[in-house]
Amino acid sequence: MKAPTSLIVGGVISGVVLTAAACSLVWTPYDVKLLDVAQKLRPPSLAHWLGVDHFGRDILSMLMLGAQTSIAVALLAVGVGVAAGAPLGLWAAARRGGVADELIMRGNDLVFAFPSLVIAILITAVFGPGAINAIIAIGIFNIPVFARLSRGAALTLWRRDFILAARVAGKSSFRISWEHILPNILNLLIVQGTIQFSLGVLAEAALSYIGLGAQPPTASWGRMLADAQTLVSLAPHVALAPGLTIVLTVLGLNLLGDGLRDLLDPRLKAARG
Amino acid sequence: MIRYLLGRLASLIISLIVASLVIFFVIEIIPGDPAAYMLGVGAQPDTLAALRAELGLDVSKPERYLRWVSGMLQGDFGISYTYRSPVSEMILERMWVSLPLALYALILSTLIAFPAGIYAASRRGKTGDFAVMGLSQLGVAIPNFWFAMLLVLAFAINLRLFASGGFPGWDKGFWVGMHALTLPAISLALPQAAILARIMRSALIDMLGEDFVRTARAKGLSRAQALRRHALRNALIPVLTIIGLQFSFLLAGAIVIEKVFYLPGLGRLIFQSISSRDLIVVESTVMLLVFVVIMVNFAVDIAYAAIDPRLRRRR
Repeated sequence: MKAPTSLIVGGVISGVVLTAAACSLVWTPYDVKLLDVAQKLRPPSLAHWLGVDHFGRDILSMLMLGAQTSIAVALLAVGVGVAAGAPLGLWAAARRGGVADELIMRGNDLVFAFPSLVIAILITAVFGPGAINAIIAIGIFNIPVFARLSRGAALTLWRRDFILAARVAGKSSFRISWEHILPNILNLLIVQGTIQFSLGVLAEAALSYIGLGAQPPTASWGRMLADAQTLVSLAPHVALAPGLTIVLTVLGLNLLGDGLRDLLDPRLKAARG
Repeated sequence: MIRYLLGRLASLIISLIVASLVIFFVIEIIPGDPAAYMLGVGAQPDTLAALRAELGLDVSKPERYLRWVSGMLQGDFGISYTYRSPVSEMILERMWVSLPLALYALILSTLIAFPAGIYAASRRGKTGDFAVMGLSQLGVAIPNFWFAMLLVLAFAINLRLFASGGFPGWDKGFWVGMHALTLPAISLALPQAAILARIMRSALIDMLGEDFVRTARAKGLSRAQALRRHALRNALIPVLTIIGLQFSFLLAGAIVIEKVFYLPGLGRLIFQSISSRDLIVVESTVMLLVFVVIMVNFAVDIAYAAIDPRLRRRR
């Protein structure tokens, strides 16, 4: 089977970002705690590939550290969404048309009425800003996404013969959901997970930008952009580097998601032509 | 149709009640007494009690909830802890920036996405299609607030066509206000237009497989003509859902964009209120945002039923 181009390009970009984040755990080109004020706002050079920010910190190093925050927040938020959403969706599908189904679906509609930004605002009002808030806010918003996806996919599976066979064999609907339905919707969850991951990166950047996300000294792409805003006419590179990094990362993740979908579900590809 | 409407209405009311309970509960678990916070340390017990009575803090929680909700139904959103002015006035003032901005962006995104999506669908598999889809991939990936910064750099700082931020107010004239909202609306509209164009394209392509489109082609219409005359109306159903959903993103997204352009909208009101712990303002503003989102989705549901009679019977 030939891997689609989008899978390769997306995989490479995502891999680079992941490696940069992992690398920054032990090493960055410069120590961002040492403020080299003499180098302040220097444009990109051989010594500092992406230039230096307003505190004299190396921007490439800041971006690598920021990747950690982005990945951690987005990954945990997807985790929250899958861990809560998938079981809810499976449960709703197993009790199709019942009270549980109705409650779960109406609950989903309700959560959709609270955009993640609004959830973040509420949480910040109570607990103050921070990366954990961003995870909860984005995570809560992910729950209905995965619940709906799981329910929809599970509903079509419940009509299939192999599920009927399992029911005849006397398996409970819980066991059927766990042993037969979940493995069959795993592909869908992975593809959607990649898409939600990229949305999570964007959401984290937006929350940090408005000051509701990661707080100093944690490095974050969104906060780098917030800092850069007043400097954009003086030193455009300070705003360009983090912005382009976000665009590339999200683009890479989206391509990866598209590629995975084509790879894991050939029927979809044929249908889309 | 009547039964469908009543059912939707019932679930609308339940959603609003649950949403208000959630918001009230979340804000209520915050420890601390706003009255004590306002007066500072060393306040006299009787002034404190008087202020608590004035703010309606001296009654039980269920009663406060009922007062809050019934007040909002009558347009009374409470009194700001810090400004001592009615919250409804503060919200109304800011709403005149945020709402036009979201609507402006919605119109822009629809104006961009419809032709782009229709063009891509009619050129399916050809260069034009790939170009539109590639651009939309890019549009989805660009954070709107960063795009806004680039717009400011290009059109405000370098070309000096627009102001880099601020809002002169509608009393300076409609076009002056629209001019100030143009860059914010463009940056807000871009990612939404990218998403909408893709939905438009795939909805149209789905329709191409339908019998009535084949019939239209058999009559001698070209693919583009069949798309425009027959498929478009049917493709509007999924597109309408997305537009409804997008409105909530635009309203929330406006909060972020307001920061880039220093616009005095709901976003700034919320952030000021959070930092001054003016929780009644946060509570009421968030409720209003959620109310608007729920109402828009309700309107979309009703619009569906009007467009597609089949949906009235199914759920």
